[in-house]
Amino acid sequence: MSYNINEKGYYGEFGGAYIPEMLYPNIEELSQNYIKISEDPSFKEEFNQLLKDYVGRPSPLYFAKRLSEKYNTKIYLKREDLNHTGAHKVNNTIGQILLAKRLGKTRIIAETGAGQHGVATATVCALMGIECVVYMGEIDIARQAPNVARMKMLGAKVVPALSGSRTLKDATNEAMRDWINNPVNTHYIVGSVVGPHPYPDMVARFQAIVSEEIKTQLKEKEGTENPDYLIACVGGGSNAAGTYYHYLDNTDVNIIAVEAAGKGVDSGQSAATSVLGKEGIIHGSKTLLMQTNDGQITEPYSISAGLDYPGVGPMHANLYKTGRAEFIAITDDEAMTAGLELSQLEGIIPAIETSHALAVFEHKTFNPDDIIVVNLSGRGDKDLQNYIDYFKL
Amino acid sequence: MTNRINKKLQEDKKLLSIYFTAGYPNIDDTVTTIQNLEKNGVDMIEIGLPFSDPLADGPTIQASSTQALKNGMTSELLFEQLKDIRKTVSIPLIIMGYFNPMLQYGVDAFCKKCQEIGIDGLIIPDLPVDVYHSDYKSIFESYGLINIFLITPQTSDERIRFIDSVSDGFIYMVSSASTTGAKSGFGDEQEAYFTRIANMKLNNPQIVGFGISNSDTFTQATKYAKGAIIGSAFIKHVTNNGVDTIDQFVKTII
Repeated sequence: MSYNINEKGYYGEFGGAYIPEMLYPNIEELSQNYIKISEDPSFKEEFNQLLKDYVGRPSPLYFAKRLSEKYNTKIYLKREDLNHTGAHKVNNTIGQILLAKRLGKTRIIAETGAGQHGVATATVCALMGIECVVYMGEIDIARQAPNVARMKMLGAKVVPALSGSRTLKDATNEAMRDWINNPVNTHYIVGSVVGPHPYPDMVARFQAIVSEEIKTQLKEKEGTENPDYLIACVGGGSNAAGTYYHYLDNTDVNIIAVEAAGKGVDSGQSAATSVLGKEGIIHGSKTLLMQTNDGQITEPYSISAGLDYPGVGPMHANLYKTGRAEFIAITDDEAMTAGLELSQLEGIIPAIETSHALAVFEHKTFNPDDIIVVNLSGRGDKDLQNYIDYFKL
Repeated sequence: MTNRINKKLQEDKKLLSIYFTAGYPNIDDTVTTIQNLEKNGVDMIEIGLPFSDPLADGPTIQASSTQALKNGMTSELLFEQLKDIRKTVSIPLIIMGYFNPMLQYGVDAFCKKCQEIGIDGLIIPDLPVDVYHSDYKSIFESYGLINIFLITPQTSDERIRFIDSVSDGFIYMVSSASTTGAKSGFGDEQEAYFTRIANMKLNNPQIVGFGISNSDTFTQATKYAKGAIIGSAFIKHVTNNGVDTIDQFVKTII
């Protein structure tokens, strides 16, 4: 049994492409070409070169000594926060912009929640000299002002999503509507392992550089490619998909996925999709999503804009359903505390998304000789105002 | 029994179909809207089941959907409102909605309800032809429902032939690469597209939707096609004037 995608574009029963006919030609063009293009030696060479010289890869696998001592286990941090633009998101946008160029596209659109994917997209568009339009919920624009400014400085046009709840899911809707209206010249750079096939697989492949590097780096440090546990936070799930990718079918390695419980899973203000979601269709993918009994998609809540999504990528829905991954929900408070703890034990201020993954150590006890790799998916600069408000700094 | 859609398509006239959002502007407007549309000579009706995230719709239908949901519209309530509709209305009725609410209701249960009420067909923009074909076709057919598929100017000839081969009733011809209500008026591109499709001599008649808002665009759209669908322009009318003046709107078209 494989936990990776099958030839029909499904992970188990999740995935597929539930799209209006208007998007069929675009999605079909991608489906026919994404593997062919991304496996082409000249593509790989260009991709790897940019990851090395522009992004700064490989990102370090850092043994967090003081954090390990505190929890009496061996914790490694995969430092995606050290990437150019401050998170793992750029791995995917580099891949997709190169793909878009080879497909002859002259205009890029993207959705963004916290603004990290928007910044990563605006960055690669500036790098390639391609027009860039980023959709962002009106509410997120207000709470992520520094990233909005960064996108503008990079030359992108930021368009507020005014529909629905005016957050990430609506920004995604608006981006899809833009694509329907501009089907020929435009490529949509989806930022996570969500959306219609082939997006979940395509984004996972571009993020798979993370687990590829973990294997090599862990071998050097511990003499084995296999950690006992992999831990990553999951909103849509792209940093998690990258962390798990080369280990999906290696069941010697345990997988932990961390969702945002918000103010508590049962509080009515949560984004813990695996607990609160039911099977359905969101943004063209059959997966788990938070919805009413009548099938209307509901609004999630998390202090972290990057985890504030009512669905989860189909890969993760399948990891949950099959029991391959253990899902843990972490509240706002637990995450904030873990973020402060990492800052003071290791001198690393993590993004609030990442802080959720770090809070697992208060939830679960590991053995002293367990080797644990946590994806430190982003840095906390963008969240400074949130930390300031929360801790009254 | 021949489906009402197929019977209607045999009439020697250009068909006017109207889309409206159920439960909009007011929750109890659904039945009145349908009755007034039939009374004023509309040939076919698409009853929009509102959805929180209507991907293929522009601002007008998004707003009417949001309001209808706020008004309390659900699949269950729509079926309740429509339970006696066939006592007063005889033109074809189609439910148009996104797939997730139907999936949550249960596709079989949803189709069964449609048959009980006297719904003739469904339009589900985000249920792709191939998934319908492999997973749901037999359910729809067992309840006598026609599932209508869309084509667009970007759809290849090969795919149009395929869609034609699996279609019943009519083909919903989206007039331009757009969401609903996004563009008004037709240009050379539409003319070329309409001609191209007419020349393909498809088995199923075509009804044009998206971009039709008045008598001129209705005439242009039906030059080659069997009929046309008006959605956003009608929604705007009832937003401003309510459902008692539907006659005024229909008179401006036919």
